[in-house]
Amino acid sequence: MSDVSAQIELASPGAVVGEFEHVGELTVEVQKERIVEACRALRDGPSQYVLLSDVTCADFPDEPGRFRLAYQLTSLATGARVRLRAWAGALDPEIESVTSVWPGANWMEREVYDQFGVRFNGHPDLCRILNPLDWEGHPLRRDYPIGGEEVQFSDAV
Amino acid sequence: MSTTDPRTENFPLAAESREAIEAALREQRALTPTERVIASVEAYTPEEAAERTLANEMLADTRPGVRAPLLINLGPNHPSTHGVLRLIVELDGEVVKEVTPVIGYLHTGIEKQCENKTWWQSVTLVTRMDYLAPFANIKAYTMSVEKLLEMEVPARAQWIRVLLAELNRIASHLVWLGTSGLELGAMSVFFYCYRERDNLLDLFEMVSGERMNHRYFQVGGCAQDLPPGFIERLQAFIDEMPRRIDEYEALLTGNPIWKDRMKGVGVLPAEDLIALGVTGPTLRAAGVPHDLRKTNPYSGYEHFQFEVPTATEGDCYARYLVRVREMRESLRILQQVIDGLPEGPTIADDRKVVLPPREELAWSMEALIHHFKLVSEGYKVPAGEAYAPIESPRGEMGCYVVSDGGPKPYRVHMRDPSFVNLQATAPLCRGTYLADLIAIVATLDPVMGGVDR
Repeated sequence: MSDVSAQIELASPGAVVGEFEHVGELTVEVQKERIVEACRALRDGPSQYVLLSDVTCADFPDEPGRFRLAYQLTSLATGARVRLRAWAGALDPEIESVTSVWPGANWMEREVYDQFGVRFNGHPDLCRILNPLDWEGHPLRRDYPIGGEEVQFSDAV
Repeated sequence: MSTTDPRTENFPLAAESREAIEAALREQRALTPTERVIASVEAYTPEEAAERTLANEMLADTRPGVRAPLLINLGPNHPSTHGVLRLIVELDGEVVKEVTPVIGYLHTGIEKQCENKTWWQSVTLVTRMDYLAPFANIKAYTMSVEKLLEMEVPARAQWIRVLLAELNRIASHLVWLGTSGLELGAMSVFFYCYRERDNLLDLFEMVSGERMNHRYFQVGGCAQDLPPGFIERLQAFIDEMPRRIDEYEALLTGNPIWKDRMKGVGVLPAEDLIALGVTGPTLRAAGVPHDLRKTNPYSGYEHFQFEVPTATEGDCYARYLVRVREMRESLRILQQVIDGLPEGPTIADDRKVVLPPREELAWSMEALIHHFKLVSEGYKVPAGEAYAPIESPRGEMGCYVVSDGGPKPYRVHMRDPSFVNLQATAPLCRGTYLADLIAIVATLDPVMGGVDR
């Protein structure tokens, strides 16, 4: 087990589901209920992953968890990086928001909500960000078709 | 999108928020802070405003000495908001109480389009995100794909990438300096900066055939070697540029108006900036020497001698000084690239991924087959995920790719520094004057193409 997983386990026993090392990148998969604890443990732990670089998502319609979230964490002290992963669930995708750990997660999570429809519980301002407020559907889902969108603002020209 | 309400017939923006708010009411959920602000600013009648929003609470506060705050809408088309950025500002007199950035006006769904193109077609799409730093976008993307392919890029290609990335950094900072000057009333700086930037675009054109949105970096290396005569023109540019930067500094660094507008404006402690995810010159101006070229050297940056400019004040003026010094450091790197540019191929020799050399198509059947297969079907990338971060002119530009083993990306996501840094607008602006907001947004240097993608 890597140091990163050990740190998470120390703060929240049983949170780590698995870990993978691929093309030189460490990925730690955690239970979605424990994501905030895992993030806080890594931010405050000895390796100081204080910077949340990115939160994003990928849609796997055939997997039971369907929406796989990826959190890219960076340590400013050592330059080390780790990716946390969690599955948000297929039917009613939701996960705790990490805005309480990093306020910068605000827009990143709003983008995931907008594009994938994953709800972040405890988010202070969960609404659409890139698509118009009244947009229907979540465009980055795999079952959202490409093409055929209504041309917007055609009445304004 | 259609509406029958005659008041909103010609105002699609208002219609949009109206529908969103009605949807929220139907779902019986409260409006989020952003939705409330949008609804307030787009209300047509006092009743409508009172019914739903903020304005209601504001007007209800009739205690003596309490002024009703003013909600004004800046943008999305406003000369000083760097493209289509919309800021809804809550003002108490001249003082900013709250700023709500509204983005998405340039959203083109590039990430979705990439999923429907092959790996090598997507290169063309990602270049167009942050349009002032096309080489940074394309570098992050190609690096992440190379990571999944576990592909070695030849040294000469790496150095050429460094060369163009640094030229791009200078070009981007020049646009930043010119437009920031314009926004704060220093018009002549704009002309000087764009003069030099045009020289840089000429250099880009020489290398790639295009002035913007180059498709020059490929997965595996660079499309071609540097053209004849390029190094000489680049050397002339490097010799000339320090004198030009001195000119800008002569106009601005000691200029009392420039200093008055910038010093002590828009300060946040470094910890707060880190918590907000801010990277790049904005973070370095607050005293954190975080530069991925030093902390996680990629593409051969470990071979070059250069400083990471930092400042301690963390105000707009410090961000200005850091960016100007970064241009000088980039020139140092460029000189080292010219002096030590290694010989050799400019693209990896992997016929299953890289297009064969053009001239070979005339005589080699295999090359022709490879070319045909690569162009029509694309190459397959092993399943997995990778994240490649680089230091763009604005901070950490990262590309996260997921492959399912097929010829098309399963997911491409760009972590764009403009998008994340723009979140700092509200904390930086609270309690400052409205005029300072312009300086703060200018020195954050958001590029809306990158923000909205």
